[in-house]
Amino acid sequence: MSDYPPLTFNVPAPELRPGDTPDFSDVDIPRAGEARRPAVDVDPKDIRDLAFTIIRVMSRDGEAVGEWTCDLGDAELLEGMRHMMRLRAFDARMLMAQRQGKTSFYMQHLGEEAISCAFQRALQKGDMNFPTYRQAGLLIAQDYPLKTMMCQIYSNAEDPNHGRQLPIMYSSKEHGFFSISGNLATQYPQAVGWAMASAISNDTKIAAGWVGDGSTAESDVHAAIVFASTYKPPVILNIVNNQWAISTFQGIAKGESGTFAARGHGFGIPALRVDGNDYLAVYAVAQWAAERARRNLGPTLVEYVTYRAGGHSTSDDPSAYRPKEEGDAWPLGDPILRFKGYLIKKGIWSEERHVQTEAEIADEILTAQKEAEAIGTLSTGSGPSARDMFEDVFEEMPPHLIKQRQEAGY
Amino acid sequence: MPKMTMIEAIQSAHDTAMERDEKVVVYGEDVGFFGGVFRCTAGLQEKYGPTRCFDAPINESGIVGTAIGMAAYGLRPCVEIQFSDYVYPAYDQIVSEAARLRHRCAGDFTCPLVIRMPVGGGIFGGQTHSQSPEAVFTHVCGIKTVMPSNPYDAKGLLAAAIDDPDPVIFMEPKRLYNGPFDGHHENPVVPWREHELGEVPEGYYTLPLGKADIRRAGEAVTIIAYGTMVYVAEAAAAETGIDAEIIDLRTLLPLDLDTIVESVAKTGRCVIVHEATRTSGYGGELAMLVQEECFYHLEAPITRVTGWDTPYPHAQEWDYFPSPERVGRAMQQVMEA
Repeated sequence: MSDYPPLTFNVPAPELRPGDTPDFSDVDIPRAGEARRPAVDVDPKDIRDLAFTIIRVMSRDGEAVGEWTCDLGDAELLEGMRHMMRLRAFDARMLMAQRQGKTSFYMQHLGEEAISCAFQRALQKGDMNFPTYRQAGLLIAQDYPLKTMMCQIYSNAEDPNHGRQLPIMYSSKEHGFFSISGNLATQYPQAVGWAMASAISNDTKIAAGWVGDGSTAESDVHAAIVFASTYKPPVILNIVNNQWAISTFQGIAKGESGTFAARGHGFGIPALRVDGNDYLAVYAVAQWAAERARRNLGPTLVEYVTYRAGGHSTSDDPSAYRPKEEGDAWPLGDPILRFKGYLIKKGIWSEERHVQTEAEIADEILTAQKEAEAIGTLSTGSGPSARDMFEDVFEEMPPHLIKQRQEAGY
Repeated sequence: MPKMTMIEAIQSAHDTAMERDEKVVVYGEDVGFFGGVFRCTAGLQEKYGPTRCFDAPINESGIVGTAIGMAAYGLRPCVEIQFSDYVYPAYDQIVSEAARLRHRCAGDFTCPLVIRMPVGGGIFGGQTHSQSPEAVFTHVCGIKTVMPSNPYDAKGLLAAAIDDPDPVIFMEPKRLYNGPFDGHHENPVVPWREHELGEVPEGYYTLPLGKADIRRAGEAVTIIAYGTMVYVAEAAAAETGIDAEIIDLRTLLPLDLDTIVESVAKTGRCVIVHEATRTSGYGGELAMLVQEECFYHLEAPITRVTGWDTPYPHAQEWDYFPSPERVGRAMQQVMEA
């Protein structure tokens, strides 16, 4: 007989489930401007605290405060606003298109628009993102044609992927946007490898890997961080913590203590935790990490604290596992509303201009949608040929595929 | 012409590829300073520096995952998995990523990548150093699978694999590294320097992927083999006196079906030999193809000799390993049918 009491098994659970009243009062939200901005060549062990705080720039009063305040000009700020608004409106339109049966599936960014839109600003032509399915802002912020995105979503004849991938699995080498896989976290070591290649080639380009809170649990994330800490390539390792992996709260991937950012510490990688709903903070932190990469100082791990305000995808119903009001109660607010408040306070934006811009963007999206749908949707118009399915398995089609294509009647 | 072991030939393939193309990068566990546990990358770090040949952490999905990123960047990584038995952590990266990248983005990004790995038994490696997992790769669309059986082919095929625009799984039968092996383990090892295929040009050359080699011309029965089993089949033919035509596939995918069909149409009999386990093994695919293409030429049922459907044993290695006697019995059986 053991003298010890019986063991118990720990399964973390979120505090709130459907029917509960959202309450984030125990979430520690540091004041904007509180976190210090270290030099980019800082010793990682001297900034361990920055992996446990939340770096924030925009105050409640709509002002940019503290050492992370950045130098974006008025035109760039307004452009940033437009990017986020365009992404949100695009999502709304494509969600509706999915509900109308024009495509099979869609994934929106609601509440997370600031992260990919602001991050892209820190990159230069030639740099490479290895995104997940929720970073279309990286394309939008480069004025990637909305019509082309829609053609991909509709899998029509002008889909750059030739109808071979699920909707939103974009790819554009030209825009530094690596082909989205759909297999979670596989892109993380690839981003590190791409950055290793840049360093091996004595190039000046940098890479950015992206992963969600849930997927940080994948072995590939460990692999990526090991390789990043060993070879110190120019890579930014982004973790978008939107609190939910489909129905699973972030505590299942992370456990109930620490932060995702803090995982960089064991590897000697500088780690920052940032308010993902703060356009200015996201940009400032991305810029800091990019500067480190460009100056050959190696990788940086960044956790973006945000909230997935919508469903995981069109196949998901969040009301089944979390309170409906949770998103509204989220203490970091809405990225577009917060940025709007900041721009208005700064005197370069107004409610009227906001409404007017919304209307302009709606027109722009509708025009693109009409053009895309004139080519085809998943169920109508012209799509990629069945014959084309046999192409690109290899550069040169081997005999067995030629034979199968003939057998299929193409 | 110099004589080389298969190890030296593989090292030479790396060397000539790195010499002519600075985009070729070589890494893996123990691959850099030490030159690999089998010495296939010996001297490369010294010659080309640690940025082109280096040691990797013990993390196969990391090795392959980073190599995919490098290939997408525009380098030509050639990575080593220390034993094919260790490749499974990288399986997702190989199957879901390397193999499908070109297709899923219609060529926007591609993945010219070679993943080398020693395969097969006969070295008392037990279940974790003896496997032949070729069928788990030939089943995947978008990757090529190559398995040479001698130094000359190994160098030419590896050079071609490194040049190839698509990912290639390059399997090296480790029992053949130092000499041909016909399954008679009680006999002394025959070194490659005493074998004609140990003659390997020093310079760069390639052999086409997807082209089989007829290692013994014959009229009575076709034996389809690859890797170590080529020599087992040769021994079986010599010992039974049956006039077998022995095909060394060299590349499993894409498969040189024409050579197989031409041979079986002539002999009317077919024995397939592989060291890997039987069920869902590559032999099943080969048998079906022969049936589809050669049914009206067949004089006897197609037969296969394989490893058993058990984990590769340690003490019972020679009861597992397909021996010349087993292959010979299968040949006699199809001759008598």
